[in-house]
Amino acid sequence: MKTFCTTMFVLFAAMAAFAAPPASSTKQGLVAPALTTASLPHFRFENFTTANGLPNDHVYTVLVDGDRIWAGTDNGLALYENHVWKVYSTTDGLAHRAVLSLALDKRTGDVWAGTMGGLSRISGGHIDSFTQLNSGLSNDVVYSVSIEGENVWIATAAGACRLNLHTNQWSLYNERNTPMGEIWSYSVSATPTKVYYGIWGSGVLEYDQKTGKWDRYDDPDGETEMVLFKDQGLIHEIVTSVSYVDNVLWAATYFGDSHYDGRYWHNFLKKDSGLPSNFTNVVKGVDGKRAWFGTDHGLAYYDGVNWAVYCPSLKDGRPEMTVRDATGTVTPVEVATAPAHNYILGIDFDGDDIWVATAKGLSHGIREKNQWPKEPKKQ
Amino acid sequence: MNVRSQILVSTGAVVVLLSALVVSLTQHGSAVWAPTVYAQETPSASQPADYVSPLELQLSPDGARLYILCQGSNEIRVLNASTFAVIKNIPVGAVPRGFALSPDGARLFVTNSWDDTLSVIDTHSLEVVATWPVGAEPSSVVEDKAGKRLFVANRLTSNIAVLDAQTGVEEKRLAGGRGTSYLALSPDGSRIYATHVYPNILPRKTGLENRLPPESEITVIDAARAVVVDRMPLHGIAGVFHVALSTDGRLGVAAEYHPKNLLPLAHLEHGGAFTFSLELFGADVGKTAPVEVPLDELERYASQPFGIAIAPDKSRIYVTSGGAEIVTVVDVPRLLSYIHLHNDPFAQDLSASANYVVTRIPVGLNPRGLTLSHDGHKLFVANRLDDTVSVIDTRTNRVASTITLAGPITTPSRHPNENTVDIASLAVDGKITCSKCHSDGRTQAQHAPTQTKLANLIDMHRKLLVPRLGSSESKSILPLRRGEQIFYTSRFSFQSQIGCANCHIDSTFDGIQWNLEPDGFGRSIVDNKLLEDVKETEPYKWTGTNPDIPTECGIRTEKYFWRSENYNGLMLADLAFYVRSLPPRPNRFRPLGADFTPAQEHGKALFERAVDKFKKPIPESNRCAYCHSGPKGTNQKISDVGTRKATDNTGLLKAPPLTNIALTAPYLHDGSARSLEEIWTVFNPEDKHGRTNDLTKDELNDLIEYLRTR
Repeated sequence: MKTFCTTMFVLFAAMAAFAAPPASSTKQGLVAPALTTASLPHFRFENFTTANGLPNDHVYTVLVDGDRIWAGTDNGLALYENHVWKVYSTTDGLAHRAVLSLALDKRTGDVWAGTMGGLSRISGGHIDSFTQLNSGLSNDVVYSVSIEGENVWIATAAGACRLNLHTNQWSLYNERNTPMGEIWSYSVSATPTKVYYGIWGSGVLEYDQKTGKWDRYDDPDGETEMVLFKDQGLIHEIVTSVSYVDNVLWAATYFGDSHYDGRYWHNFLKKDSGLPSNFTNVVKGVDGKRAWFGTDHGLAYYDGVNWAVYCPSLKDGRPEMTVRDATGTVTPVEVATAPAHNYILGIDFDGDDIWVATAKGLSHGIREKNQWPKEPKKQ
Repeated sequence: MNVRSQILVSTGAVVVLLSALVVSLTQHGSAVWAPTVYAQETPSASQPADYVSPLELQLSPDGARLYILCQGSNEIRVLNASTFAVIKNIPVGAVPRGFALSPDGARLFVTNSWDDTLSVIDTHSLEVVATWPVGAEPSSVVEDKAGKRLFVANRLTSNIAVLDAQTGVEEKRLAGGRGTSYLALSPDGSRIYATHVYPNILPRKTGLENRLPPESEITVIDAARAVVVDRMPLHGIAGVFHVALSTDGRLGVAAEYHPKNLLPLAHLEHGGAFTFSLELFGADVGKTAPVEVPLDELERYASQPFGIAIAPDKSRIYVTSGGAEIVTVVDVPRLLSYIHLHNDPFAQDLSASANYVVTRIPVGLNPRGLTLSHDGHKLFVANRLDDTVSVIDTRTNRVASTITLAGPITTPSRHPNENTVDIASLAVDGKITCSKCHSDGRTQAQHAPTQTKLANLIDMHRKLLVPRLGSSESKSILPLRRGEQIFYTSRFSFQSQIGCANCHIDSTFDGIQWNLEPDGFGRSIVDNKLLEDVKETEPYKWTGTNPDIPTECGIRTEKYFWRSENYNGLMLADLAFYVRSLPPRPNRFRPLGADFTPAQEHGKALFERAVDKFKKPIPESNRCAYCHSGPKGTNQKISDVGTRKATDNTGLLKAPPLTNIALTAPYLHDGSARSLEEIWTVFNPEDKHGRTNDLTKDELNDLIEYLRTR
C-alpha cells in the first residue's frame, strides 16, 4: 500500500509539473516563473534587530496576537504594538531572560512563554511564572508550549507535562508512564483530538485525548542517519518540531522532515525535495497540504507540490528566493529582501504575511501580490 | 444557627453545633475555663433559618422592588421598595454571596458560594428558572449589556468564568487576582472591573517576599471580547471589595484594606494595623495609576470598608464599613479637587479624609451591601448581623427608617447543656450571677463581680445587641450569633481600628504575613492561618503557646492587639463559641464521597509511607502522617522541622492542621514558601520536614494532589 501511495504521489507530482508552463524571462531580466509557481508567496521582508528595538538579535520564537507581535529573544520577551517595542524581563516577573517558545490562549487572550527558567503567563500585562520549584512543572527548560482548551501542554528538558487551568492540576508524562524513550521533549502541538510531542532522540509521541492513551512513532531505520526505508515512517528519531493541523502531522528533525496523515508517511529530504537543508529547527503546517520549514539554510515553503526558499545568500548575504517545481527544476527569483538570517528558529502567520524568528533578528514577511507580469494573452 | 451551619442544613449535611465555652464549677467552688462541652444538634432540612443575614441589595430598574440577598437564610427577599412589604421570599442555593440584575431587569442572577451554583430568577414570576454550575465559591456576577455573556467571579479559583447568558454553558475562565470576588460593569458596557480579597502571591526572587508589602490589582476585562486587557496594580493593598463606576463612567472607586503588616501589630496604638481606603481610577482621576485615599481619621477608623455606591449626579460616594458599623459619605468634587492639588501618597495621612468626608452615619451591625434609589435620595444599607436594612435619607444623611428582616426564632433558647451561658437570659432577667460567668479565679480577681459591674455588664449587652435589633427585640440572639457579632465588630480595639474579621476575611484568613510580636521589627514574621474547623486543634498560635481558643481570642487578643476595651467573660465565651463552630468549607478537590484519583491515591500512599524509596525505614517522627495525623491533619504536638529563620525566636512549631490546605498559600509559619511545592523543593533540604528528597517530581506532584484533598 505504501508503495502504491508513493507511486501515486510521484505520478501526481509529475503530472502537475508537466502541466505547468515553463519559466520565462522578462524584459527586465527578472525570472518570472510559470503561473503555478508564481502562486508561491513573495514577500518583502522587514527585519528587526537591536538596532530598531529588539532586546536581542537572537530570536527563538515569534507569535502573532492580532495586531500585536510577541518575540521571544535571548534577552527578554518583546512585544511589538503600535510600531513600538516593549520588553518584558525577569524584573517584570518573566521566568528567565531566554524565551524559547510562545503560545496564545485564543479564548482568554493570555500568552504563555516557555523559557530557560520556567513557564510564564502574560495576562493583562502582568506576568505569573511557574517553575519546577514553585509548581508542578517538570523542568525549568521549557522548549515548547501549546494551548488546547483548558490545558496548557508543555515540552521540557525533563519530560512533558500538562497544566489543567480548570483544576490547576499538573500531570507529568515521562518514561514512567509513556512510551517516551528519552525525556528531552522539544516540541508539542495540542488539539482537542490529539496531542503530539517531538522528542529529541525518541521520535514522536501521540496522545489520544479520547482514550487517554499514548502511542509512539519511530524511524524505522532506528537511530541511524541512514534512510533505508523512506516514507515508511518518521524520518529520524531526533525530532525538533511538530505541527498537527487538519488531522495531518508535520514533523521536523535534524535529518529531514515528515508528513503523516494518520495512515501514510511522506518524508522530505534535501536531495529529493525543495528543502534547503535537512537540518530543520521548526515546522508549521498551514493545513494538511502546505507547511513552512525553518532550517539552518533558510526558510522554506511547501505548497503540496512546489517549494520556495527564502534566505540571505550563504555566500554573500544577498537576498535570495528560489522556487522548485514538481519536476525538480529550481528557478532563482530576484528579490530585494530576505529574512534577517538563514538560521530560522520560529515561524508564525499573520494573515497573508509571515513572521520569522532567526538567529540574528526578527523578520516580517509582507506578502506582495500581483508582482509578476500577467501571462500574455494567447493570440 | 450561624450562616455556615445553614448552608450545611440546606445541603443536607449533618451539622454539629458545638457550644463553646461553658463555665463549670469544681467541687471546691473554684472554677476553671473548661474546654467546652460539645452539645450536638442535627437540624433537619426543614428547620427554618435563625438569622437572614442580609448581605447585598438591588433595586429593580423601575425602582418599585427591593431585592435583598439574605445569606443566612439562603434566599432572596423581594420587598416593595416604598412600603417595604414582603412580596416574596425566593429560596436559592447555599450561602448566596452576590447578585445582579440583567440590564433589562428581567432576570436576577445569584451566586451561591457554598454549592458553586448560579441561580437564575425570573423577575416576572419571581421563580428560580435555572440553576447552573459555576466555579468554586462564586461571589458575584454581572451580565454584559448585550445579554450575551455572564461573568462570574470565583473566589477560590481566583478567576472570572465567562458563561453563555442564555444557557449557562461556561465558555472560559479568565485569571483574576487571588480570591477574585467582586465585579462591576462600566456604564457603557465596554469594561468589567474585578477585585479580589486576598493579595496576589509574590513570586520567589530573594526569599524575602514574606517581608514585602502585599500587592493586589483591579483586573480589567474587555466585555465584548471577554479577555483581560489590563491589571491595575494596587501597591500595599490586601483585601479589595466592591468596585463601582460613576454613571458617566469617568470615575471608578473600590473599597480596600491597606495593612501595615510589617509593623508589629502589638503596637496598634503606635502606628495602626490598617488604613482603610478607597482606590480611585478613571478619567476624572487623571493619573496613570489608581490613587489611594484614606477613609479614616485619627479616632474614627472606617474598619472593613465593603460596599460602594456613587450618587447618580456623582456628587457623593457612599461606603459601608462592616467593622466600624458606619456609612461614610464622601464629597466627590472635594475629593477630586484634593487629589488634583496634592501628590501621592495620601494613604498614611489621616488628616486627608477631613478634606472630603462629609459625615459618617451610624447604621446596624456589620453593614455590607448598599444601593441608591434612582433619584439618589434614598440609600438602602444591608446590616448583615442584625438582620435589618437601614434606609438613609441622603439629603439629611440620617437613617430615616429601618427595615427589620426578623428571623423566625422568637423564643429565647438555651443551649442543651445546662452550663451553657446565655447572655440573653442574663440580660433580661438577671438569673445568672456574676460568679457563674466569672468563676475563673483569675478572671474574678481582675473583674470583681460587683453589683455595679453586673449592671454595667447587662447594660453593655443591651446596648450592644438589643437596640440594634430594632423592632425585633423579641427575637433572641443566640450565643453563636453574638459571637459572630463580636467577631466582626471593630468597636473593642484601640480607635476601633480592627476586629477579628479584618484579618479573617469572611471568617477565613487574609493571606498576609504579619509582624505580631513586639520583639523588634522584622522578627517573628508569621503567616495568618485559616480559621475553618479549628476546634480540637489546640494549642493555638504557630508556636503553640496558646492552650485554647479563649486564650487566643481573649487574653491574647484583647489585651495584646486591641489595646482598648476587654471582652467580658460572656462575650469571650460567645466569641470562642463562634470561632469553634466555624466548619470547613467543602473541599473542591475531592467532592464528598468521591474516590481518590490515581494521583491522589498515590499521593496518599506517599503521605502514609513508613519506608523510603531506598527501602530504608522512615523514623516515625519524620513521616507526613505522624505530625499531620488524624482527621484534621495535626497531632497537635510541637516539633522542629528545620524551617526556623535567623529572625525567628524559635524553631519549635505546632503541626498545623491541613484543613483546606490548598487554599491557604503561602505556607510555613512565616509564609516563606510561596506554594505547597516550595515547602519541599526549597525549605526541606535535610528532610527534616518529612522524608521527601527521595521523591521524583511526579511523585511530589502526587503528594500535593493528595494534600489538596484535605
